[in-house]
Amino acid sequence: MRLSRRWAVVFALLGAFVLGTLILAGTGADPISAYSAIITGAFGADGFPGTLAYAVPVVGMAVALAVPLRAGMVNLGGEGQLVLGAITGTVIGLSSPLPAVPTVVLALLGGALAGAAYAALAAFFENKLGVPLLVSTLLLSYPAMSFASYLVRFPLADAGSSLPQSEQLPDGVALEVTGTGLALVAVAALAYVVVDARAPIGYEIRMTGLGARFAAYAGISRPRLTLRVLATSGGLAGLVGAIMVLGFPHRFIDGALITPTYTWIGLLAALLAGANPLGTVIAAFFFAAITNGGFEAERVTQAPRELTAVLQAVIIIFLASATGVLKRRKAGVR
Amino acid sequence: MNFDLALLSSVLRAVTPILFAALAGALCQRAGVFNISLEGTMLVGCFAAVAGSWFTGNPWLGVVAAVLASAAYSLILAIGSVALGGDPIVLSIAMNLLAVGLTSFLLRTVFGTTGSFSDPGLRGLDPVLFGHSPLVYAAWVAVAVLAFLLYRTTWGLKVRGIGENAEAAANLGVNVARERYRVIIAGGALCGLGGAQLALGNVTLFSENMTAGRGWIAVVAVMLGMAAPVGVLLAALLFGLAEGLGFRLQGLGLPQQATDAAPYVVTLLALFSQRLFRRERSTA
Repeated sequence: MRLSRRWAVVFALLGAFVLGTLILAGTGADPISAYSAIITGAFGADGFPGTLAYAVPVVGMAVALAVPLRAGMVNLGGEGQLVLGAITGTVIGLSSPLPAVPTVVLALLGGALAGAAYAALAAFFENKLGVPLLVSTLLLSYPAMSFASYLVRFPLADAGSSLPQSEQLPDGVALEVTGTGLALVAVAALAYVVVDARAPIGYEIRMTGLGARFAAYAGISRPRLTLRVLATSGGLAGLVGAIMVLGFPHRFIDGALITPTYTWIGLLAALLAGANPLGTVIAAFFFAAITNGGFEAERVTQAPRELTAVLQAVIIIFLASATGVLKRRKAGVR
Repeated sequence: MNFDLALLSSVLRAVTPILFAALAGALCQRAGVFNISLEGTMLVGCFAAVAGSWFTGNPWLGVVAAVLASAAYSLILAIGSVALGGDPIVLSIAMNLLAVGLTSFLLRTVFGTTGSFSDPGLRGLDPVLFGHSPLVYAAWVAVAVLAFLLYRTTWGLKVRGIGENAEAAANLGVNVARERYRVIIAGGALCGLGGAQLALGNVTLFSENMTAGRGWIAVVAVMLGMAAPVGVLLAALLFGLAEGLGFRLQGLGLPQQATDAAPYVVTLLALFSQRLFRRERSTA
């Protein structure tokens, strides 16, 4: 099974590559220089720091969304949880009377907690009212984004600027996204790898993902698991949000976490990897790299940067279809 | 009095794209296909509508282009899930992202612009009655037609049978794959009409990601309306009413962010009350 999934990935990448080449040729760009620009833009000496900075939110969100996915639950509300964590981190950063370092810690914790609580709400709605997670997470996402947008436009607005952004955080209430931020995301990813492979809860999650009914027979309480998995997911998303506002430019800018579609790229990476922990991290990093490389390709060859978004989606479509075929073949053999 | 007519009118306008997409979702749901690609499929329709109208100078050819393009786009879901057995949720989410990337990409390569395209030369749909385009009324007709097809024809019986129990339907000689193909493609065409109304009826322009969550609201409307055409219509109206009232409250000084969030909150509350009501009934 492992081998077949690998082949599916190879097939999907090749398919996207062929299609991308056709599109590039169709728009009159030179495919070879475009692809090489993507690669140097992603991994070259000048491009790599950018890739790393882009990878922090994308990998973070991918891990966050992979956790419920592993249990067969889809959290579509990552954007709301991300933004809520970010705005909570901002409020704490702006109002904490503590020195800078404890304030940073508090902002990170607060962001994670806000995201966790908000996602737990969706779990509660499913457990108590039977509202599907897929819908509740998604619907909750929009009010959270509007709420944050309201806060930075009015109560927290930067008086000296006409942009919809909060005041800048005080001196020292900051962290390096590619330093501490990267480390935090790496720890989260590592924890996911270990828990998934070793801890009983990791086993419960996987078992539920493989067969919810079987897991229920085995005595796993689904409502409890849903709550824990969603809270973890939202907590990680909130943490990513807090990391991003504490990083440059040290403030909450309305839309800055939504427009680059970190959440959706992360979700696709998690889907691509079937929520396998290591696979999710690799896929998310790969997506971050080609997205960042896409900017370089645009600069060098005028190949529009949307092309990388198209390629990512095409990879997923090919892969989803290919794994479907593989599943079916296996079933046929049996 | 005039004021209230204005509200009704804005509700009608807001509801139409959602209603078309929700009918598409309901149709797919009835055949057992969970389709959450409505957002992306509608967005493709928006772009095709604008491109079609721009290049032919005839907005109705834009509508035709939207229907064809969205139907073709939904083939991804049809082939991927029905023929190849891929997961419809994964495919749908990828399709939504692909639509954003693809339409932005085409906006740039076809119209040479980013963000949005509008031009005085771009022809929108002319209003026929009370200032609305024919598509606004067509959506209501579509509700009736779909209800008739689903509940009064053998085809509808087949589709509902597939949704209830695909295996049993197959044993009775129904070609499950073929019916699902048809349903997904028909759904794509409906999304195309929704996109056309959005881009050539409600406004006359294309802007990146202009569907802005309407396809997702349609997905919720399908659930709220339990995949029945009339139920879906009521759910979509509820959303449109929340949006219309929101605009009015904005005029009274409520911040825009609150009114932006209102339709989602109202939908969530409606979903709760529906679940509570159903639960009480089932325990009684």
